[in-house]
Amino acid sequence: MSSAPTTPPSVDKVDGFSRKSVRKARQKRSQSSSQFRSQGKPIELAPLPLLKDVPTSEQPELFLKKLQQCCVIFDFMDTLSDLKMKEYKRSTLSELVDYITISRGCLTEQTYPEVVRMVSCNIFRTLPPSDSNEFDPEEDEPTLEASWPHLQLVYEFFIRFLESQEFQPSIAKKYIDQKFVLQLLELFDSEDPRERDYLKTVLHRIYGKFLGLRAFIRKQINNIFLRFVYETEHFNGVAELLEILGSIINGFALPLKAEHKQFLVKVLIPLHTVRSLSLFHAQLAYCIVQFLEKDPSLTEPVIRGLMKFWPKTCSQKEVMFLGELEEILDVIEPSQFVKIQEPLFKQIAKCVSSPHFQVAERALYYWNNEYIMSLIEENSNVILPIMFSSLYRISKEHWNPAIVALVYNVLKAFMEMNSAMFDELTATYKSDRQREKKKEKEREELWKKLEDLELKRGLRRDGIIPT
Amino acid sequence: MAGAAGPGSGPGSAGRDADDSLYPIAVLIDELRNEDVQLRLNSIKKLSTIALALGVERTRMELLPFLTDTIYDEDEVLLALAEQLGDFTGLVGGPDFAHCLLPPLESLATVEETVVRDKAVESLRQISQEHTPVALEAHFVPLVKRLASGDWFTSRTSACGLFSVCYPRASNVVKAEIRQHFRSLCSDDTPMVRRAAASKLGEFAKVLELDSVKIEIVPLFINLASDEQDSVRLLAVEACVSIAQLLSQDDLEVLVMPTLRHAAEDKSWRVRYMVADKFSELQKAVGPKITLNDLIPAFQNLLKDCEAEVRAAAVHKVKELCENLPIEGRETIIMNRILPYIKELVSDTNQHVKIALASVIMGLCTILGKENTIEHLLPLFLAQLKDECPEVRLNIISNLDCVNEVIGIRQLSQSLLPAIVELAEDAKWRVRLAIIEYMPLLAGQLGMEFFDEKLNSLCMAWLVDHVYAIREAATNNLMKLVQKFGTEWAQTTIVPKVLVMANDPNYLHRMTTLFCINALSEACGQEITAKQMLPIVLKMAGDQVANVRFNVAKSLQKIGPLLDTDALQGKVKPVLQKLGQDEDMDVKYFAQEAISVVAQRLRKLDFPVKDSEEHRAPGPDKNHFLRPGMLGEDTGKFLSLMSRQHKETERLAWLLRGQ
Repeated sequence: MSSAPTTPPSVDKVDGFSRKSVRKARQKRSQSSSQFRSQGKPIELAPLPLLKDVPTSEQPELFLKKLQQCCVIFDFMDTLSDLKMKEYKRSTLSELVDYITISRGCLTEQTYPEVVRMVSCNIFRTLPPSDSNEFDPEEDEPTLEASWPHLQLVYEFFIRFLESQEFQPSIAKKYIDQKFVLQLLELFDSEDPRERDYLKTVLHRIYGKFLGLRAFIRKQINNIFLRFVYETEHFNGVAELLEILGSIINGFALPLKAEHKQFLVKVLIPLHTVRSLSLFHAQLAYCIVQFLEKDPSLTEPVIRGLMKFWPKTCSQKEVMFLGELEEILDVIEPSQFVKIQEPLFKQIAKCVSSPHFQVAERALYYWNNEYIMSLIEENSNVILPIMFSSLYRISKEHWNPAIVALVYNVLKAFMEMNSAMFDELTATYKSDRQREKKKEKEREELWKKLEDLELKRGLRRDGIIPT
Repeated sequence: MAGAAGPGSGPGSAGRDADDSLYPIAVLIDELRNEDVQLRLNSIKKLSTIALALGVERTRMELLPFLTDTIYDEDEVLLALAEQLGDFTGLVGGPDFAHCLLPPLESLATVEETVVRDKAVESLRQISQEHTPVALEAHFVPLVKRLASGDWFTSRTSACGLFSVCYPRASNVVKAEIRQHFRSLCSDDTPMVRRAAASKLGEFAKVLELDSVKIEIVPLFINLASDEQDSVRLLAVEACVSIAQLLSQDDLEVLVMPTLRHAAEDKSWRVRYMVADKFSELQKAVGPKITLNDLIPAFQNLLKDCEAEVRAAAVHKVKELCENLPIEGRETIIMNRILPYIKELVSDTNQHVKIALASVIMGLCTILGKENTIEHLLPLFLAQLKDECPEVRLNIISNLDCVNEVIGIRQLSQSLLPAIVELAEDAKWRVRLAIIEYMPLLAGQLGMEFFDEKLNSLCMAWLVDHVYAIREAATNNLMKLVQKFGTEWAQTTIVPKVLVMANDPNYLHRMTTLFCINALSEACGQEITAKQMLPIVLKMAGDQVANVRFNVAKSLQKIGPLLDTDALQGKVKPVLQKLGQDEDMDVKYFAQEAISVVAQRLRKLDFPVKDSEEHRAPGPDKNHFLRPGMLGEDTGKFLSLMSRQHKETERLAWLLRGQ
């Protein structure tokens, strides 16, 4: 990948494998829309007078003309072509942004289709292939959009248009329709974080102003997420979409519609399974907690869902799950807690005894949370037996002294909470272990017998042993 | 759990095989719901054993209902279950009862996780074949219909994969219904379902009557190919291959080609990529005439597409495309309509495109023949050999045999040399490794003289590379060269240089000598081994580094078979015995191992037996391994191996610190 021939021979000692940190040092990459096909010919735009230089009566027509001019797209990968015209379009766009912000009465009915056309021409494009196959959003620099000098102003203009006091959704809905929204949502896959940020604002405004599009937008976001989880595992704008959803969920009316509950259980929870969870986990956890604050009865399915998708091998993800679980426990109602405490603490017992000290530590921190402590105390007769053997074992076996110290504190807390049960569990610890071992042995024997049986049947079927 | 009190475990089962009643279903089911996922998974994987223990009737009446009811588990467990049920027909009583397996599989086919669902569909497809036509209509088709009209997208997606297996054996009325269901899934609201339908469109078309293909499938195809989502459109390209195979040339032209032409110019690069990727299949499916009129121009566009991904995908197909052109007129078409584009791609801005081109371009030599190769292709090869990207050069060099067949390699040798030298010193060890692997091939084609003059020094330099993998490959390379050029050559050019390294101050280089001897001894033959190599190996037994010493033991074991009794008895054995008393545990271990092998060899030399006889007779040799105390020794070996690894790392760490 790297340009090997130019490497001086002294570097030969170093393995030439380009590590990510090394690659990062390269200059920032940029790319342009995939749709662009160089037409070779230079682009000419006839310069128009400034809007402020013409009488008010002529301004609407000039405004339309300028919108039309801005539909022309330039190739920004070729940094030398059409420099003058690129600058002209830039200044025109920035003039349009000012004009739409300040002027009164500029949004006549005729302007709507022209505005939407100009915006569509500029922003809707097929996103180019990602430059590297294993693009790692945490390590790699994002590829930046080359045409940003124009694109930014177009987004800016569109937002001003949507936020204008004169803006009338009833007219605009003819042009900002389902197809428009669909294309807009596809752009959230852009690698350029600046663009995604603008898109977030745009979509949020559209969701707010076009009541008729709301259900459609939610459904399409659903589809994007489901595709992301079950098909591609690749979509750059998940965090941004979740952020918008966070504020949408906040506004849901009670009681929650079945559609929304389904979204929580079938879409948001499975999002936890994705490899790149760390990129949008904060936003996701926020959405989940929003749901639970709206409707506490959803606690049980949510926690059971998290248990189902609990990470098996990725410790970083486990730490994230534990963090999210604590956020949920912070708002849980005691009546809900009782319903899920058993599976919940079985999982916590596993985390506490994780050999990865960050996981164990994160789980043990629960005992510093006063609200959680109070819940544990109320239910200590259920929780203590679940936790005891793990805690007891780690207090003797864990390699990390900090964990052992934390475990001692937890054991001490339990002892103070429910000393009778604590003593009983300590006394029966050994015999319990033996019982478990015996059971395990019985299991093994059962399977052995079953296998013998299978073998015998097989032989009998083949006529080797007479029936 | 209900099964525990069920009729099967009561006294009613008295007359049955005693084995059956031994295992009440409750116990087995307990296994299936063990708290530990891993144990649950193990139990599910042995579901057939459980079914066997229960017998066919109770499997049908108790086990399957239990499985159907309790399908909420980790996806991994569900996956195992879905897989197991595909092979369960025999365990429920044969084809007559195959339909009993449908309910649990139906639930599994609606699960979210794609892997589970796909496996359930696969098992359902398998089981469908075991249904009688009557059972198929009574049980299987209704299941497909239920899935096809399910609420959540997962069941509809699964349904898409089941139409083609039940269609051929259904009655006409049912067939019409199946087609109707498929049609509606093709225009489903959810893109996931449309994608599933699009991906099964080709498969479904193949089982339909030709008229239905024309009247129903083609419109569906056209619709999907113009879907608003590019992820759907690109799947239609795949379907296009299957559909095109079914239609006559005239129908193709009217029904399919407009859409295909459009797909090749789709505004999304993903769709164009797909066209490029499926190009050979498309070419075969539409036949030579349409290929010439339509596909070649489309291919030209793909070769100069604005996205490098598309260009690279198209470039990969160049050779296949050219090979599959009708022989008559092929040369002219390639020369006039393909080659000009290829010439430009040699200096493409994207290295992936160039790498792809370098991997296929040599294949054109045999198609175009000697003169064209020399006049048109050779300049391209030469340019690519000078490319800045090492992978391009490497791909050219690794395909040299194609050129060799047509024009011989001499034409290239002057340009080859600098390219090889540069790759041999590339900073990436994988590149170096790759070029080493082509050395024997190159040596064979360039001849001994050229090799000695230009390449020999490279081969020797690799022996002291700082990456072990390179040193190892270099050693094997030497062996292959000796096989090619003979022992005389080895004796004059290679062996002396290898042996000199035995005195190198770096112990890694000294070990390389030993590794080379291991590799070369057989190829060089008895004389060189005994006269030149053995003395050096024996001398190295006094090395101060333990790693060298135990490698001496290993080497002696390796070259032992080439030595005669005198050498073994008089030279090798004493040295090994001395090493057997070494202070280092590993040296001791390997020396003892070598001693026992050498001892065997000596016995064999004294009492020659045929190999086959030795094999059959349980002679004293075998008993030797069975004497008591062997167990303890085994552990000892294991420990010593562990400590050896440890020691090597330690030494390495020490060395690194020294640098």
